[in-house]
Amino acid sequence: MVTMLTQEQAWKVLEAVPDPEIPVVSVIELGIVREVDAAADGQLRVVVTPTYSGCPATEVIAEDIRNALLTAGAGSVSVETRLSPAWTTDWIATDAREKLRAYGIVPPGERSACDGARPIHFVRRQLSCPRCGSTDTARISEFGSTACKALYRCKDCLEPFEYFKPI
Amino acid sequence: MSASQEHIEYVLRLGDNALILGQRMSECCGHAPVLEEDMALANMALDLIGQARMLLSHAGRLEGRDRDEDQLAFLRPEHHFRNLTLCELPNHDFARTVVRGLLFSAFQMLLLQRLVKSGDADLAAIAAKSVKETRYHLQHAGDWAIRLGDGSDESHRRAQEALDYLWPYTSEFFSPVTGDPELADAGIGPAWSELESAWEAIVVPLLNEATLVVPARTPFRSFGKFGRHSEHMGHLLAQMQYMQRAYPGAKW
Repeated sequence: MVTMLTQEQAWKVLEAVPDPEIPVVSVIELGIVREVDAAADGQLRVVVTPTYSGCPATEVIAEDIRNALLTAGAGSVSVETRLSPAWTTDWIATDAREKLRAYGIVPPGERSACDGARPIHFVRRQLSCPRCGSTDTARISEFGSTACKALYRCKDCLEPFEYFKPI
Repeated sequence: MSASQEHIEYVLRLGDNALILGQRMSECCGHAPVLEEDMALANMALDLIGQARMLLSHAGRLEGRDRDEDQLAFLRPEHHFRNLTLCELPNHDFARTVVRGLLFSAFQMLLLQRLVKSGDADLAAIAAKSVKETRYHLQHAGDWAIRLGDGSDESHRRAQEALDYLWPYTSEFFSPVTGDPELADAGIGPAWSELESAWEAIVVPLLNEATLVVPARTPFRSFGKFGRHSEHMGHLLAQMQYMQRAYPGAKW
């Protein structure tokens, strides 16, 4: 017998699927999952939007989603990638922003800083250290361990930290 | 899907620029002057290869000959590649890597901003995604160009040498391509030749701020986007395509 998951159950399952790079937030909280449809025959269709074009986690995420739903009892699962509208850090849930901070990653600022129209003039961001709260911080590199983060250091507690760049 | 040859070539040009520059930039992995830059260059290379993947798979669909992005990347001969010559030039040193990044990403950002409104809906979606990444590439390159140009005597000398070497290759960005005006009229994307003044408006003030002297235009022309590449392209492809050439259809 093929068991079935309702659309609502499927969303619940996905709320427990962590992002492989930042495991304190789920794929739902990051805003990667755009749609979940349950067809009458038990087939689940999940639509995901990748964060960065070259994000190496994209395929792992699709696989994690498929496995989680199959384990929870879905009959069959298809994961579809959709490019438009493009993913933006504005889709990261409010609660998740605080989870990021507690994890040592400063959550992204407003997207207005990043409409793609403004070329450079180096955005000198004033970030507070997620550990000690000091605003005496400096950027080390615009690209951290992944393309989506920049690397900073706190000049007070001397700890490095990351910043989730708005995109 | 049926598309004109000009339309397919236009998308190939975009995909090949991203692929070949992504390949070049990935060579910096393990060789950048500092660890942070190693990560930055590798991350930007990944963005470019991700963009290339989307663009080449789109070109393959437009072409309708059952070629996917891997076949287009790994099984085409040199003269079928449509990338700008600038993208295939060796990295040489960090200054040249940075200045190339600046010259290219300023052009790429202008192009993508226009392509967001393309009548080719898939191309518009790819552009909307890529333009946000490209803005960070331009910021990174611009930041470093100023630090190197307006830095020590040695960094200034190297940045100026890089600019003198690379500048002649930027003429190719804007040299007219048959069929481009028709594609522009059809709303697919701008003719690249239209973008020169907007590009100079971004690049020249930055180079001035970097205290670098913008070289005069010369009659030199390169022709990579027409499939006539420099002597460096064959070496790049030999490395990039080795695995699929030696073990056709290999998967992992």
